[in-house]
Amino acid sequence: MSESMVQVRSVTKVYERGKQKIEVLHGLTLDIPKGDFVALMGPSGSGKTTLLNLIGGLDKPTSGEIVVGGSRIDQLSSGQLAHWRAHNVGFVFQFYNLMPVLSAEGNVELPLLLTRLSAAQRRKNVAVALQVVGLADRAKHKPRELSGGQEQRVAIARALVSDPQLLVCDEPTGDLDRKTAEEILGLLQVLNREHGKTIVIVTHDPKAAEFARRTLHLEKGQLLEQAA
Amino acid sequence: MTRSGFVIANLFRRRTRTILTLLSVIMAFLLFGLLQSVNHIFNAGADFVGATRLMVQARVSFTSPLPVSMVPKLEAVPGVARVAYSQWFGGVWQENTPLFVFAIDPLRYRDVYPEYLMPDAQWQEFAHTRTAMIAGRQLANQYGWKIGQKIPISSNIYPQKNGSKAWAFDLVGIFDGKDEDWKKRTNVAFINHDYFDEANQFGKGRANFFILELTDANRAEAVSRTVDAMFENSPDETKTQTEKDFNLGFVKQVGDIGLIVRWILFAVFFTLLLVVGNTMAQSVRERVPELAVLKTLGFTDGSVLGFVLAEAVALCLFGGLLGLLLATTLGAMVEKGTGGQFALRLDVSVWLIGIAAIVLMSIAVGLLPALRARRLRIVDALAGR
Repeated sequence: MSESMVQVRSVTKVYERGKQKIEVLHGLTLDIPKGDFVALMGPSGSGKTTLLNLIGGLDKPTSGEIVVGGSRIDQLSSGQLAHWRAHNVGFVFQFYNLMPVLSAEGNVELPLLLTRLSAAQRRKNVAVALQVVGLADRAKHKPRELSGGQEQRVAIARALVSDPQLLVCDEPTGDLDRKTAEEILGLLQVLNREHGKTIVIVTHDPKAAEFARRTLHLEKGQLLEQAA
Repeated sequence: MTRSGFVIANLFRRRTRTILTLLSVIMAFLLFGLLQSVNHIFNAGADFVGATRLMVQARVSFTSPLPVSMVPKLEAVPGVARVAYSQWFGGVWQENTPLFVFAIDPLRYRDVYPEYLMPDAQWQEFAHTRTAMIAGRQLANQYGWKIGQKIPISSNIYPQKNGSKAWAFDLVGIFDGKDEDWKKRTNVAFINHDYFDEANQFGKGRANFFILELTDANRAEAVSRTVDAMFENSPDETKTQTEKDFNLGFVKQVGDIGLIVRWILFAVFFTLLLVVGNTMAQSVRERVPELAVLKTLGFTDGSVLGFVLAEAVALCLFGGLLGLLLATTLGAMVEKGTGGQFALRLDVSVWLIGIAAIVLMSIAVGLLPALRARRLRIVDALAGR
């Protein structure tokens, strides 16, 4: 687990809200090895989600370097970044963010429309992803016909289907009850341990953080400690 | 699933709204198709092909009558077999029901219009009874007229010599059409021109138009030119045209048809732009997070713009083509219903203009929402900012 998946070097992020400038991250440095499962914790406004967005290539730092999977993503253009995200990272959100007009399998297939796979191959990959998250029997259901836990499983299948090495999850259990949350976290643990996925989750919940290999605490835009 | 499948699925995310919008697009293009073909008819040049009869009217307007004394001159034109004439009476039945009533020379008219069928005895009685009137089957059936009845009709134009506008005629015959097309043209009545000419207070010996029966359909254009040249620079200059063009001339009296059509279409498309534009804008507004997720998954800004634009194109294309198709069908029905007199045909040019309008409208209604979708910043959209 020594090879680095994520390298964050002296990253600063400043948001501009009107005339006001808000520095959310202050020269943050962080390494996440391949195959790690990291929980980012901290109070609201500490910069967890901002850091996650930067690692996932959804946003760019104001200054500093970010290398993910060997690519210097802070230097990529918007189009290059989109292409990079499609092949290197999977996202899981608190509120699932599935497309309500598509079935579970349609949602999972969506990222594969960016690949050159044939329709048959896409269907095969979708079936495997849904099987991994235990929802093969709900493939034809629309999101509104699924429970919260099932929706989040579909979202995880969507994140997995193009086989990225990195999964970033923003409060993936924030909208779920304890039992379902543990099932989802257990699933992420399996993906980490058995499939070798590097996972970074943001959470407020210490119980959720226990599923990670290590927990990083952020406060006021700075990393406080690294706990085993 | 394909990208186009995804576009269509998104289009129908609010089924009722999409169907209503689609209906408005269909209606707009139906109107567009029909009005464009109406415009086309009125702007088309004279078509003499296959014309066996020509109509001669005053060059200024058919409301200015020409002297009946022109008949022998018209009969002498090479290519003219027979001449009939007709005068608009302006009949009103009972309280205020307008009727198509013309004063004609009975036997001339019979000979020029063999498509109207009536027993010869009734034609003869019509010709020899000064106060006679004959009515088409449709008209007679509509008002329950029977042969032998006295039909009181007032004229909104011509008073009698005693000043009264109330006239009365003896119904001596009911004519039919030779086929379905001509049966549809039996909503008209004819009175005896001699009697009308003698009894009315205004101008004598005049008719609104002459009908020339030709010896040869191929000579229609030449006869038309000869007749108009013959009366050029005279007090009674003529305009000679086919029956079809003459009938259209009636409608043209309403006003500048092209201008009316253009204004109607402008209003229709302006409203449509607002309706479809609003639908598209609303559709993008309510799924900002979904569009952000698409970008998160790796779809580029251009792809997201393409998705939204494709929805606008699909909506306009489907509705527009369906509207044009409906207009084609309805146009064909109108053409058949009027016996080819009103050829409401959507030719290739109307289709091409229609397709261009679809493309322009798609861009007009889709571009702004698509640009908005393109500009979305993922982190702001996901955070609901």
